[in-house]
Amino acid sequence: MAVKDYLRERFFPHMWCPGCGHGTILNSLIRAVEELQLNKNEIVMTSGIGCSARISGYVDFHSLHTLHGRALAFATGVKLSRPNLNVLVPMGDGDALAIGGNHFIHAARRNIDITAIVMNNRIYGMTGGQFSPLSGPGVKATTAPYLTIDSNFDVVELARAAGATFVARSTAYHAKESTELLKKAILHKGFSVVEILSQCPTHYGRKNKEGDAVSMLELHKTNTAKLGSKALEENPNLVPRGIFVEKDRPEYCAEYDKIIAYATREKVS
Amino acid sequence: MSKNIRFVQGNEACVEGAIYAGIDFFAGYPITPSTEIAELLSARLPEKGGKFIQMEDEIASMCAIIGASLTGKKVMTATSGPGFSLKQEAIGYACMAEIPCVIANVQRGGPSTGNPTHVSQGDINQARWGTHGDHAIIALTASNHQDVFTMTVDAFNMAETYRTPVVLLFDEAVGHMREKLIIPEQGELEIVDRLRTSLGKGVDYHPYLPREDGRLPMSDFGGEHRYNVTGLFHDMWGFPSNNPSVVNELLKHLVDKIENNVHAITRYKEHFMEGAEYVLISYGSSARSAIHLAKSRRAKGEKIGVLELQSIWPFPTELVREKCEHAKAILVVEMNMGQVTAQVKASVRKPNRVFLANRIDGHLITPSDIKKLLRVIQGRGV
Amino acid sequence: MAKKKLKEIVINQDWCKGCGICVSFCPTKVLELDKADKATVVRPEDCICCKMCELRCPDLAIEVLTEEGDKDE
Repeated sequence: MAVKDYLRERFFPHMWCPGCGHGTILNSLIRAVEELQLNKNEIVMTSGIGCSARISGYVDFHSLHTLHGRALAFATGVKLSRPNLNVLVPMGDGDALAIGGNHFIHAARRNIDITAIVMNNRIYGMTGGQFSPLSGPGVKATTAPYLTIDSNFDVVELARAAGATFVARSTAYHAKESTELLKKAILHKGFSVVEILSQCPTHYGRKNKEGDAVSMLELHKTNTAKLGSKALEENPNLVPRGIFVEKDRPEYCAEYDKIIAYATREKVS
Repeated sequence: MSKNIRFVQGNEACVEGAIYAGIDFFAGYPITPSTEIAELLSARLPEKGGKFIQMEDEIASMCAIIGASLTGKKVMTATSGPGFSLKQEAIGYACMAEIPCVIANVQRGGPSTGNPTHVSQGDINQARWGTHGDHAIIALTASNHQDVFTMTVDAFNMAETYRTPVVLLFDEAVGHMREKLIIPEQGELEIVDRLRTSLGKGVDYHPYLPREDGRLPMSDFGGEHRYNVTGLFHDMWGFPSNNPSVVNELLKHLVDKIENNVHAITRYKEHFMEGAEYVLISYGSSARSAIHLAKSRRAKGEKIGVLELQSIWPFPTELVREKCEHAKAILVVEMNMGQVTAQVKASVRKPNRVFLANRIDGHLITPSDIKKLLRVIQGRGV
Repeated sequence: MAKKKLKEIVINQDWCKGCGICVSFCPTKVLELDKADKATVVRPEDCICCKMCELRCPDLAIEVLTEEGDKDE
């Protein structure tokens, strides 16, 4: 199938602003699904609330557009009740890690076979540009007119500590790399997290003098470096990209199947 | 065949009812006094190939059952007041997206953490209006374990029939009390299964287009029909819409599908109601005391009857009006500050003849508590 | 790997929002924004078929068609 066969074309052009990185992430994700030749009937995309959450309306999968922060909780119900389905959960940064932070760490702890994608643009876009738990200190936002004093989460470290068994990071600039990481995340048996740095030129870029989408993408290029690269070695202040965690640990649905096997065993009297 | 007779807690009767109704999936979070429902289902569900999950919080458990319901499973969660408050966000989602699910609320004293191990019936209005926005809801209740079983089966059936969340408003006294339960044979009680679309592959399926009889056939996630589910106002394909006529029609549909079926949904029992001059209206564990009092006063020749409500929402206004038509006075016996009393007053022709007989201190209302008020109303002194 | 040959760069102007990402990051400056701020192909002969414009386009409005693979190889 071609890339466009995975889209609901009637809803295009999409509602995201010109130059929004979320569109590129949709682009990368749809290519990952296409390259893996997944069956559309076996994919459920669950999203929360916010700019990011609108992604589920644009894909021709089973789509579940839920509540702010709760996408992973809904997805857990979907996956555990039908483990054969591929469950993809794209979330915004505030969605995944502020209001949805508890669901995020517990889905990781269970190692349930869900692919979580954090579309991190470091801002609440839909409500007009408030700072998020991923904005970090020193950022301007509509709720931080004097600059933020809040520290940010490191999604990779948080996911690793919580028990995710696949953790990766890329950016909207590195679209090809994103697709490759997403493919690996989808194929990984367990809870996978892919953080993709996204750009919000409308709210974040404008307020923080980062310019338009193009110059924000330039920052993705210059401020990040591949894990193991010389650039990263020379400048540890760069944001690392690549696969941070990739390991095997018992997966939740498979473990539950063992519970069922035990509970339904022939009882010898 | 010998009858399957058990001696169980009310919470266990609820579990037996859920199993009988065909529960496949339960998600929950520990909370007194409903925890036994989760504990028992964690053992029972995998025995029949079902799934149990203890989620990270109350909100997540409500969300998880909605997700599971969309894959075609019969689902339930259980909680008590504080947890019921937390679940309201996702209960509203289930109302809006029309997801069949059952929420058992074994009521304890509130507000807030309140009185965790003591009985109350303070969540009547929260069941109705706990989540924001206009909507309708079904809430059932029971005063004894046989009825807990039957109402639980009914709750699952109504959730499927009306594609809606159904609340089981039990209370701590019924939940923790032990008494006899006869588990019916398979086939004795009607079971409503998921109505699935008969449309095959390649045919445009509309998840939100009601049939002529008002029901909306579903299609399981993972099946041939890929559609959208959202908490936003949506069109018949499930895609967000703020078109005024779409919003108007959907909201009316969500309310009408339940309010217009109040007769089909109403569940009640009459005790000693023949020629009753004094009608006690009650439900849940407080109905037991009302029935006890009516029985003892009848033996002394007083015309006292009990109208026991087993469905609270949609409120059976016409039933209450009809049954109280000839009553000299109506006493609503409940363990709150008059939540059902207000509904009864709004239902009958002479609201000034409606009195509240309540107890709110965490102890079960007794027949003598009710009798004291009755004597005053009857002009027989304090 | 055989070098790909360009057949056509298809730009869906209805979907394009004119952000200029494709224009700025094209290594051979094949694309420009037209007067209506829509991406348009001006130097197709310079295209090296890296497809980065297609992959980065946030509006999913670009398709780079190559000789051997047709749409998506």
